[in-house]
Amino acid sequence: MKRSNEPVFWSLFGAGGMLSALIGAALVFVTGIGVPLALLLSPDLMQYQNMLAFTQHWLGKLVIFAVIALFLWHATLRILLLLHDFGFRTGIGTKFIGNGLALLCTLAAAYLLLALGS
Amino acid sequence: MSDDNKTIEMEVLRYRPEQDREPFFQTYEVPFEDDWSVLQGLQYIKDDLDSSLSFRWSCRMAICGSCGMMIDGVPKLGCRTFLRNYHSGKLRVEALEHFPIERDLVIVVDDFMEKLARIKPYLIPKQVRKLEQGEYLQTPGQLEQYRQFSTCINCMLCYAACPQYGLNSGFTGPGILALMHRYNADSRDGGRDQRMELGHSDEGVWGCAAVAYCSEVCPKEVDPANAINQNKMGSAIDYFLRFVRPRGATG
Ligand code: SF4
Ligand code: FES
Repeated sequence: MKRSNEPVFWSLFGAGGMLSALIGAALVFVTGIGVPLALLLSPDLMQYQNMLAFTQHWLGKLVIFAVIALFLWHATLRILLLLHDFGFRTGIGTKFIGNGLALLCTLAAAYLLLALGS
Repeated sequence: MSDDNKTIEMEVLRYRPEQDREPFFQTYEVPFEDDWSVLQGLQYIKDDLDSSLSFRWSCRMAICGSCGMMIDGVPKLGCRTFLRNYHSGKLRVEALEHFPIERDLVIVVDDFMEKLARIKPYLIPKQVRKLEQGEYLQTPGQLEQYRQFSTCINCMLCYAACPQYGLNSGFTGPGILALMHRYNADSRDGGRDQRMELGHSDEGVWGCAAVAYCSEVCPKEVDPANAINQNKMGSAIDYFLRFVRPRGATG
């Protein structure tokens, strides 16, 4: 019986799910409501200089990378599962596209974060 | 208080392969009393209205697991579901979903039985004890590790509930994976590695998409979804650890 490779995707899915449950709502509030509408938060918080400094710190890079990559892997598997549950055939092809996109975006995020320097 | 003149319409799925081209519904008017189960309603039909109706049952007390059926679209035990709860409407009774129909409400259970054997549903002792060494002892705490998963009655309601099994019957399915966990989690057992060859595969725990309807319909609170989830965790750890574990070691 062939061992499933699912643990790889499931672990990323689990980590992404955990992270989004912990900070997803807060992130939506900060980036989508709080800062743009100056609600409870200063509109200056996400100014270009601040954000650039954030991305140039190694910890900032790590946080941004984790949020982008793990959320993506989580979303990918969630969508694949949904398609499957709705009776769409999610064979190798769909998995390849879904996980390929997540991998591509993960690599792109890593590259861009590194390119921003410190 | 029982009302002597109560009747209910039972719409029963019929299929007799030698004469019916396809399954169809037949409606029976069944007089019943408050303490009548759906199974009793079917027995009334068979005894008094139509002796050609076939269905499985044995214990009438939610122990044997043979009276699983779809009742108004939900997998339930016929002997544990009461007609009064469906009064004064109609009640639709069908064979368990996701299984081929052998006849009327009787399903073909071959796939389930064959899969059951595959997970070796028996203790494989860690250390074989001789008779004079006495019994295999276990603490109450060790018993608690698996007790809940040992109460499965093989009723297959969870299989009728599982959309993954419905889409791909290659999937081992909730009840049997819960039983696999029951033995793996037993402190006296040493057969985990043998069972997990199947467990680690796509037909094993990884075939599950965490819908968890199985746990909702289970009449014995086995919670197969939980058993599968615990095994996904275990299987994932095992997946990564095998790269760092020395050859021949088990975990
Ligand atoms: S796990 Fe529950 S629903 Fe599934 S076969 Fe066992 S008793 Fe029935
Ligand atoms: S008749 Fe035995 S479980 Fe219903």
